[in-house]
Amino acid sequence: MQQDLVTGPRIAVASAPMPPPRSEVGLIGWLRHNLFSSWGNALLTVVALYLIWKLIDGIVSWGIIHAVWSGEDGSACRVEGSGACWIFVKAKIAQFIYGRYPEGERWRVDLVFITALAGLLPLMVPRIPGKAWSAGYTFFIFPVIAFWLLTGSASGPGAGPIDLIGLCLAIASVIAFTLSRSSSARVPPQTLRLVGGLCLVLAYPLLVRWLLSTSGLVDLRPVPTELWGGLLVTLVVASVGITGSFPVGIALALGRRSRMPFVRWASVGFIEFVRGVPLITVLFMASVMLPLFLPTGVSFDKLLRALVGVALFAGAYMAETIRGGLQAIPRGQFEAGQALGLSYAQRMGLIILPQALKLVIPGIVNSFVGLFKDTSLVLIIGLFDVLGIVQLNLTDAKWFAPSTAMTGYVFAALVFWVFCFGMSRYSQLIERRLAAGDRR
Amino acid sequence: MAVTGIAARAPRRTPSLLDLLYRPEVRQVLFQIVLLVALAALFWMIISNTAANLRRQNIASGFGFWNTTAGFDISQTLIPYTNTSTYGRVFWVGLTNTLLVAAIGVVFATIVGFMMGIARLSTNWLIARLATVYVETIRNIPLLLQLFVWYFAVLKNLPPPRQSLELMGVVLNLRGLYLPEPLPQAGFEVPLAVLALGVLASIGIAIWARRRQRLTGAQFHTGLAAFALIVLAPVATFFLAGAPLEFEYPTLRGFNYTGGIVVLPELLALLLGLVIYTGAFIAEIVRAGIQGVPKGQKEAANAIGLSAGQTLRLVVIPQAMRIIIPPLTSNYLNLIKNSSLAVAIAYPDLVSVFAGTVLNQTGQAVEVILITMLVYLTLSLFTSLLMNWFNARMALVER
Repeated sequence: MQQDLVTGPRIAVASAPMPPPRSEVGLIGWLRHNLFSSWGNALLTVVALYLIWKLIDGIVSWGIIHAVWSGEDGSACRVEGSGACWIFVKAKIAQFIYGRYPEGERWRVDLVFITALAGLLPLMVPRIPGKAWSAGYTFFIFPVIAFWLLTGSASGPGAGPIDLIGLCLAIASVIAFTLSRSSSARVPPQTLRLVGGLCLVLAYPLLVRWLLSTSGLVDLRPVPTELWGGLLVTLVVASVGITGSFPVGIALALGRRSRMPFVRWASVGFIEFVRGVPLITVLFMASVMLPLFLPTGVSFDKLLRALVGVALFAGAYMAETIRGGLQAIPRGQFEAGQALGLSYAQRMGLIILPQALKLVIPGIVNSFVGLFKDTSLVLIIGLFDVLGIVQLNLTDAKWFAPSTAMTGYVFAALVFWVFCFGMSRYSQLIERRLAAGDRR
Repeated sequence: MAVTGIAARAPRRTPSLLDLLYRPEVRQVLFQIVLLVALAALFWMIISNTAANLRRQNIASGFGFWNTTAGFDISQTLIPYTNTSTYGRVFWVGLTNTLLVAAIGVVFATIVGFMMGIARLSTNWLIARLATVYVETIRNIPLLLQLFVWYFAVLKNLPPPRQSLELMGVVLNLRGLYLPEPLPQAGFEVPLAVLALGVLASIGIAIWARRRQRLTGAQFHTGLAAFALIVLAPVATFFLAGAPLEFEYPTLRGFNYTGGIVVLPELLALLLGLVIYTGAFIAEIVRAGIQGVPKGQKEAANAIGLSAGQTLRLVVIPQAMRIIIPPLTSNYLNLIKNSSLAVAIAYPDLVSVFAGTVLNQTGQAVEVILITMLVYLTLSLFTSLLMNWFNARMALVER
């Protein structure tokens, strides 16, 4: 001990620091630390290596080496010992994307995909400017274009009472906006602007519908939703569900935190009821019970019923996520808004919600990913999304082979995985960008 | 007070109806009345429309169907059932099947989830990577798709009974999984009684040891004593009593296996799907929970000389559990609700036989769907209550 104390410092002074031992740095050091730090760890490494070898070997030999890459029908895949039946996917890929959408009209679906990307890309890539314009396009112009392209032009009668309502609403909104400019009105200008905006939002789709149906510029063949399928249905259900669940979720979350007892009870009742039952029963309700709820003679499209069910279901989950964010905002923020004389809508829209939503982005994206996966459940009520159309095509006797089912499922799984994984990675990117202010 | 001052100075004008509208209290009441009326109108419309539609389609209403003969068979029944039983009986068969899947699923999903969550934090780089790949793959693929893979692509592709896969008396083939069935013989009660006594005695010793440690600081080997009482003693008496337990192994008779416990391929696929899917979510929760324990806690435990095992058992896990339990509860609820996907692979759960077959045969959608929803609501409520109680026990007790 004494010896050490005496000799220790002398050595440190006399020589430059020695390089770390060979076994501690570089590849060997990394291996020692991360894989073979103890006997137990070494054993685990060997087991893991074996597992990885088996996994990769299985995937490569099934999916590539023994896979069937050419052939006309299932007979090539029925050969003993053959792996993935990729020709099945190749032959059916058009069905997997469009479902039974008429072949001559499929360019319309492609056009919808392209117009969607044209709105989403500038919105999602942080570097591209003009976010307000692309948001306006994505949320107001694109849905109308997509609806018109997908369903066809002659989906309703020409001019009718509904167009008159649209016209009246448009006129009302113009009057409201003009009145809000003049200072003599007894009603405060922000109320008038609110009324005007509301009328405009309601009038907008009706007016566009009227313009499209009467202009007769392009005559598109109507395609009923029974013919839609595959990726198209998956994306339609997911995007409508996502955009629909968001306002529903915000409304329910605000309702649950409202000071008005009846509003609170109604919100809590709805949220807890929906969260307590499986999505299947909600979809069953939408498909079996909703027709009973409507007056005789009125009927909804099956896809629309599923969309309503999915949006309400996802909205209840969204509400709980957003409520978490609302609860995390200090009371002082709300009171400061009151002190500035802001109205409830201004306090929420300008101060509370932007902060609350930023806090719960991971939760919101988790809900979106969950919703995207849940779209596969529509096959139970007879709609054909990606999984549904794969499942339907597996019954094709021409393609009957032991590996066809697995091939089809692997394809569907890849589609879902790419979308869900992409969404969660994108949310992490956004989270980091928005958290820039918290980093120092 | 300042407000009244300003109001007093402002030129007075008679309050009109419009001014009244701008008072928050009035607005709140009005808004609630509007909402109430709208909801009441909606419900009234739904009820009257439904009644009219049912009358028009000649569908009976009420619960008279409950005692009607069902007339169909069910592949798996935990309670006695024949095709002459009533629809009410079908409900109970479906419910018990759902509960069976939920109970087994929750147990195994917890085991898989905890193992994978801990594996993700392993110091072994390969193990951590493997667990990450598992979680990221499984979480991003719909459960329904996974059920289809297990049922249609894996279990339906198994060899027929004559070429079954066999391992230590466990048989797996196209018709399902056959497990050896333990048959207790005369005298089996003795080791069972010893086991029960051992458990009781261990609990007593644990309470005594804890009290003594609190008073005197002296420690007692509770774990060793419990091991001797719960494991060694019953095993010893079991062999002393002449090992009174026999196994009935499944045997091939003709074209099929008989004997043993049969797990239907539908049940097996549902369990595999639910356990692997929910396990991935639980793994993430466990990882987040363990990472949520501040590093200082572990360092402090090291500093006062606790061993690695003690640190884990006494410091890390109790704190991690507080973070883990609430989201774990919602995942258990998800598993229970997701078990309703059984309908897609024809496992006879509540949704499949009751909201499926019974609804189709009777046409009484309103009653059947409402009962089904009520059952899931009750199950959810019950599970939340149980987990809330557990959470309250684990929660931080502050001054």
